[in-house]
Amino acid sequence: MNIFKKTIFSVLLSLLVIGNANADKIRIGTEGAYPPWNSKNEAGKLIGFEVELAWSLCRYMGKQCTIVEQDWDGMIPALIMRKFDAIMAGMSITAERQKAISFSQGYADEVASLAVMKGSSLEGLATPAGINLTKPNSDAKKALKTLTTALAGKTVCVQTATIHQNFLDSGDVGKVNVRTYKTQDEVNLDLASGRCDAALAAAVAFSDYAEKSGKPVVLTGPTFSGGAFGNGVGVGIRKDDTELLSAFNKAIDKARKNGDISRIATKWFGFDASM
Amino acid sequence: MDLELMINSFPKLLNATVVTLKLLSASLIIGLFIGLLFAILRLNKNVFINKFAYVYSYIFRGTPLLVQIFIIYFGLGQIEYLRSTVLWVVLKEPYWCAIIAFALNTGAYTSEILRSAFQTIKPGIIEAGKSLGIPNKIIFYKIQIPIAIRQSLPAYGNEIILMMKGTSLASTVTLMDLTGVAKYIISTTFKPVEVFVVAGGIYLFMTFIIHNTIKFLEKKYNYN
Repeated sequence: MNIFKKTIFSVLLSLLVIGNANADKIRIGTEGAYPPWNSKNEAGKLIGFEVELAWSLCRYMGKQCTIVEQDWDGMIPALIMRKFDAIMAGMSITAERQKAISFSQGYADEVASLAVMKGSSLEGLATPAGINLTKPNSDAKKALKTLTTALAGKTVCVQTATIHQNFLDSGDVGKVNVRTYKTQDEVNLDLASGRCDAALAAAVAFSDYAEKSGKPVVLTGPTFSGGAFGNGVGVGIRKDDTELLSAFNKAIDKARKNGDISRIATKWFGFDASM
Repeated sequence: MDLELMINSFPKLLNATVVTLKLLSASLIIGLFIGLLFAILRLNKNVFINKFAYVYSYIFRGTPLLVQIFIIYFGLGQIEYLRSTVLWVVLKEPYWCAIIAFALNTGAYTSEILRSAFQTIKPGIIEAGKSLGIPNKIIFYKIQIPIAIRQSLPAYGNEIILMMKGTSLASTVTLMDLTGVAKYIISTTFKPVEVFVVAGGIYLFMTFIIHNTIKFLEKKYNYN
C-alpha cells in the first residue's frame, strides 16, 4: 500500500512540475499557411515574418516560448479555450474581434487587394491606387461605386473568417457572390482554375503566390485599408490576460525602437511593413 | 453557454440543412444506380468486367472521402486541358463536384452491399423459379432483386447514415451546407461549442429519422 501511495504521490508531483514548466512558457498560435506572414518550409518547420518576430519578442520579454500551429478558422476559439496564450497569425485588429479578445498594439500593417487572372475583364479598373475606408473621402466612395458595378454578379473568393470576408459581407461593394475557403492556398488554387472571377486577400499573399507558382495572377482595383480592414496586425490575447498583454506591448515597443520589426519585415515582405 | 446564440442560429442552420438533404438525396440516388450496376458487373463471369468493378470499389472504399472530394474539386481544376472542355461546365460548380464525389463513394459501398446480398440468395429459390418455367430475366428482376434489396436494407441503412454525415465534407469545397453555415456563424461569433451543438443536434435528428424509416421497412418486408 505504501508503495502505491508513493507512486501516486510522485506521479502527481511530476504532473505539477510539468504543469508549472508549461505555465512558464508562452504558447503562441499561428496558422503556418499565410506567407509571407507565417508559413511552413519543406521540412514542415514554421517560418515567416511572425515566427521570427515572435522569437524576437520573447527575447525582449525574457520568456520562453513555443509556437503552436492552428487552423485559421479555429484560431480565436482555440485562444479562448487556452490551447495557447497569444495569436500571431496576420490577424488584423478589428472591432468585431475585439468583442471576443484583446489585441496588443499593431506591429505590422499591409494593404488588401483584389486579384484576378491576367486577361480578366476586371483587370485595370479605373480606381485610385489605394483607398482608406475608416473615413472614406469622395475618391474612396467613387472607387467603391466602380467596384460595385464591376463586381455585380461575380464570384469573389476569400479565406473564411477574415477581414476580407467581412468587407465583402458588409455590402460596401454591393451584392457579390462570396465563396469562402479554409486556407489562402485554396483561394489561390481556385483563382487559377477560373472558378473565382476575383479573389480578395492581403496584396502580398497574391504576389507571393504569383512568384512561387508562376501563374499570371495580377492585382486590380485599389488597395484597401481601414474600416472593415482593421487597424494593423497585432497580437491577440485573452481578455483576462492583462499581464501578458502589457508584456507584449512593452516588447513590441522595444523591438520597434531597436529596428527589429522593420528589419524582419523587410526581410520577409521585401518592403517595410512594420508599424 | 450562450443560449441566445443557439436559438438565433437555429433557423439559419435549418435552412442550410436543405442543402445537406439535397446533396444527400442526389448522391444516394445516383450512387444506388452506380452500386446496382457495379454489383451486377461484380457477379459477371467475365474476368475483365469482374476485375474492373472490383478495382472501382477497392479504390473508392480504400481512400478517404475527403481525399476523393479534394482530387475531384481542386485536383481536376488544375488540369488546363479539362477547363477548355464541356466537362468544365459541371466541374466548375462545387455543388456538382461534391455530388460526383459522394455518388462515386457511396456507389462503391452500395455495390459491395448489393453484391453480398445477391450472393446470400439461396440457390433453391432461383431453382424453384426455374422449375416453374419462369424466364431467367424475370427471375432476376422479380425474385433476385427484391430479395437482395430486403437483405441489404440494414447495411444500406448504415450507408445512408454514413453518407449523411459524409456530406459535411461539402463545406471544404465552399458549399454552404449545415456544417458550412455552422462554420460561418462561428467565424463571426467565435463560439464553436454552441453552434456545433445545435448543428450536431440536427444531424442526430436526421439520423433518427433515417434509422427509424429503415427499421420500419425492415419490418414491413420481413418474410420470416
